[in-house]
Amino acid sequence: MTTPSLNSHLLVRALSAAHLAILEHKEEIAALDGAIGDGDHVFNLLRGLEATLLERDALAQQDLATSLKSVAKKLLESVGGSAGPLLASLFLGMAKAVREPITPHIFAGMVENGVQAMCLRGKAGLGEKTMLDVLIPVAECLGRLAQEGAPLEVALERVRQTAEAGMRSTQDMVATKGRAAFLGERSRGVIDPGARSSQVMIAAICDVLTPSTAPV
Amino acid sequence: MTMKKFINSVDTFLEDSLRGFAAAHADLVELHTAPTFLSRRHRKSGKVALISGGGSGHEPLHIGFIGPGMLDGACPGQVFTSPTPDQMLRAGETLECGAGVLFIVKNYSGDVMNFEMASELADFENATVLVEDDVALPGSSSTGRRGVMGTVIVEKVLGALAEEGADLGTLLEAGRHLHPRMASMGVAITSCTVPAAGRPTFVLAENEIEVGVGIHGEPGRRRDVLRPAAELVQELMDALLEELSPAPGAEVLLIVNGMGATPLAELYVLFGEASQVLERLGLRLERSLVGNYTTALDMAGASITLCLLDAEIKRAWDAPVHTSALRWGR
Repeated sequence: MTTPSLNSHLLVRALSAAHLAILEHKEEIAALDGAIGDGDHVFNLLRGLEATLLERDALAQQDLATSLKSVAKKLLESVGGSAGPLLASLFLGMAKAVREPITPHIFAGMVENGVQAMCLRGKAGLGEKTMLDVLIPVAECLGRLAQEGAPLEVALERVRQTAEAGMRSTQDMVATKGRAAFLGERSRGVIDPGARSSQVMIAAICDVLTPSTAPV
Repeated sequence: MTMKKFINSVDTFLEDSLRGFAAAHADLVELHTAPTFLSRRHRKSGKVALISGGGSGHEPLHIGFIGPGMLDGACPGQVFTSPTPDQMLRAGETLECGAGVLFIVKNYSGDVMNFEMASELADFENATVLVEDDVALPGSSSTGRRGVMGTVIVEKVLGALAEEGADLGTLLEAGRHLHPRMASMGVAITSCTVPAAGRPTFVLAENEIEVGVGIHGEPGRRRDVLRPAAELVQELMDALLEELSPAPGAEVLLIVNGMGATPLAELYVLFGEASQVLERLGLRLERSLVGNYTTALDMAGASITLCLLDAEIKRAWDAPVHTSALRWGR
């Protein structure tokens, strides 16, 4: 796997793409959340991404570890809900694992570290009908791809598919974490809104990284 | 159906509402912005600072309980969304006055995580009391139980003790003493509408009710059809009594709390039924409270809370309080 050079500029582009994708799927995610949550997830996420992107120029000037930390701080202040501390933990965890130059191995390690931090914060793991059902498999997939040295396009496609499969897997799960857990058995049959928003953002970020659009 | 609310815009709803609150109760509270929190106007030095917070939409919880005898500060989040750690940090830094900070947190994952991050980042001494009084879910559930109306009892009782000079350790112990003695459960007859969402959070058919509903419209035990008040009260009281198993002759505090859109007259219907249940069981109704204290925006519904009293809890409950929502004694 060869990656386009991962720096703060690319981080800002990725966040920007994630923001647009969430805007595009706003109604759908709100409806999922209305069915099994309390309806605030997508609004919190949009508020957080908007607040973060207001600082895009400053972020793009910072080194990657610093900009990941700034993003974490901004999300922590603006998102609220569970998603705020969870996303902040993800970005802080990634920031802590930054080692230049950023090879595919280092990048996979960053994501793994971030996702682990998120699991600790939420005291949650796989199969609990949360965004971790997308993020844990994606982190594992990145690790395997780095090991295999898969070409970028192949790698992006695998990440997209893994995220998609993870998101779909939440449909049949009974939630044991987050507000949906209050529904118990009644939470089955609906895709988790956090898993859906994570997958939507990952797909959008993959698009940013596809060679035809990404700077090398 | 379009949303019908008194708002200017959904984006400014919270700040407009808080500005109004601060203007109405300028003698009691002060509104701080960037980040947002409210504090007592007249602070008392040397006491543990009691700070609570949570999503907005439950008013008067928590801002209405700021004042002598209860909270020192409160951090309101967006509607039904937990506040963020920067709010708790700033509130703590501003209100801490030598005896540390006690955070009172309702058990929801967002509130817990945001308060936890604030607690970890804080330079001041702090401790947390977690409220989980809603018995709609089993105590063994993966999320633990939700914090609802029992929060007001915790804020009142610990607030009275803090006012008398109790230290952090004593307040934590009082919280542990109080907790197994309280239980709450609610029922909704309509949904509620988060302004930013613009439509009801859940849908109840004309004759449907949600038994065990949470204060954000989260589901409870089951859907049912609307039944006479006496039957609904019996079901709620059975759940509370099963949890608390009071000894015969036990003294209790009984609270009937409105969820926002239920007339007081209906709340009194519920209170009348609940007090009869107590009487039939030989339990002694020693203290009571009826009104809208822990609401869920425009939900029509109510919750019942029982608290087993002892001399210490009764004394702390009776202690003077001067807040916008609770006021007695001197």
